[in-house]
Amino acid sequence: MIDTGDTAWLLISAALVLLMTPGLALFYGGMVRQKNVLSTFMMSFALLGIIGVLWLLYGYSLSFGPDVGGVIGDFKFAGLMNVGQEPSDTYATTVPHLAFMVFQCMFAIITVALWSGGIVERMKFSSFLLLAILWFTFIYCPIAHWVWGSGGWLATWGILDFAGGLVVHVNAGMSALALAFLVGRRKGFKEGEPMEPHNIPMVVLGMGLLWFGWFGFNAGSALTSGGLAASAFVATFASGAAGGVTWMLLAWRDRRPSALGVATGAIAGLAAVTPAAGFVHPIVGVLIGIGASVIGYYCILWRTKRSIDESLDVWAVHGMGGIWGTLMAGVFASAAIYGGTDGLIWGGADVFLKQLAGVVVIGAYAFGGTWVLGKLVQLMMGIRVPADEEVVGLDISQHGERAYGGILP
Amino acid sequence: MKKIEAVIRPEKLEPVREALADLGIRGMTVSEVSGRGKQMGITLQWRAGEYRVEFLPKVKIEVVVVEEDVARAISTITRKAKTGERGDGKIFIIPVENAVRISSGDQGEDAV
Repeated sequence: MIDTGDTAWLLISAALVLLMTPGLALFYGGMVRQKNVLSTFMMSFALLGIIGVLWLLYGYSLSFGPDVGGVIGDFKFAGLMNVGQEPSDTYATTVPHLAFMVFQCMFAIITVALWSGGIVERMKFSSFLLLAILWFTFIYCPIAHWVWGSGGWLATWGILDFAGGLVVHVNAGMSALALAFLVGRRKGFKEGEPMEPHNIPMVVLGMGLLWFGWFGFNAGSALTSGGLAASAFVATFASGAAGGVTWMLLAWRDRRPSALGVATGAIAGLAAVTPAAGFVHPIVGVLIGIGASVIGYYCILWRTKRSIDESLDVWAVHGMGGIWGTLMAGVFASAAIYGGTDGLIWGGADVFLKQLAGVVVIGAYAFGGTWVLGKLVQLMMGIRVPADEEVVGLDISQHGERAYGGILP
Repeated sequence: MKKIEAVIRPEKLEPVREALADLGIRGMTVSEVSGRGKQMGITLQWRAGEYRVEFLPKVKIEVVVVEEDVARAISTITRKAKTGERGDGKIFIIPVENAVRISSGDQGEDAV
């Protein structure tokens, strides 16, 4: 039975989540050097088209089609067959099946775009596209099915992931780390050449759009427009706010309260609350946000010290934030918020252990699987641009454009 | 005629421009430049931790003056652009062979 309120909210949420990918392009684009900003943008914008179409063709079916052995969906929904105006009998049963399908589409797009942050400023665009398609097919779709698909083995087991702490953030974060190792450091990174963010206002604006879209991401994942959506909405807001201010204070203690720090902290908080948003009391969002920023901050210091060039900290911010939030969902989940599941503090020790196992399984599959796919692409067609093209910048060498004109007009 | 090239702190541009105007020197070309001298670079903040930028923003003033104004212009710029710290910048004086005013075709000191 279609509920018009639920349908309106889910369609709006889908549009909100779509806006996050341009937001991510701004967020990442501002952090790279001027010569690579368009290349960084393209690693998000090209996927709006590619992953969008693949999702309609087969991605939705692999992720949410009828279960095959707990590991993957079948092809019943390929090419939107059997996906229409009537509700699905399994997912979001109060909205048109098409609305649920397109809402999920936006998650797939931004998850692929997320890990591009690990390899910006040096990965060849053609290799990036091939890897994005392989990764979407063999990493994203199976994981989405395991965690969210009806009959998926982790879903059946009782893993909690409200809006994508595992499917999106742990997944993208660990994948970015694997690719950073595989692709290697940017030229000059280890030698201490400055890799200056070329436009911090762009980063902060991107953060604003991401935060706005995140309400669709998390509160939309209630799949209804009632109290649960409101609860997830507030938890999301709380965590973003607490994350931003925590990071600012950490930076202030070490030096100055930086704008880049506030932007990063808010994203860390938002990523971390994603798996927990609809399971925990909204005030727990504050704790999740604080923890995400402390963890993210020290992870960045650590990886910088080790000269690991996971360039835009997808691992530190999204990966570690996602792990933290997934575990906190296991601690603070409350049956009063979302029917049936009590976390560690309410006596549900098994729930916490399952969350821990989920983190290990998804983290390992994402890291290992991505490394193998990346290696395959590297052997087939190379994965980096040549050194001289890297020096010139990928905007000119890969895309034949420059972001900011020189001599007038 | 001499060309005076002064690389100064950006915030000193306005005081220098005013003081030169008081001397009757009104024409000048100004550019935003990056440079380094004894001050070296500057340490900035990344998300967590720091990085170093080796060049600092400066302003370059280029002004061509007749011989009798050279000494006064230099002392004025020096006085107005000075803080006494590293990073105040430098002044270079270069001989100029000729000058042409494009609108009228005037040459030499008349064109300055």
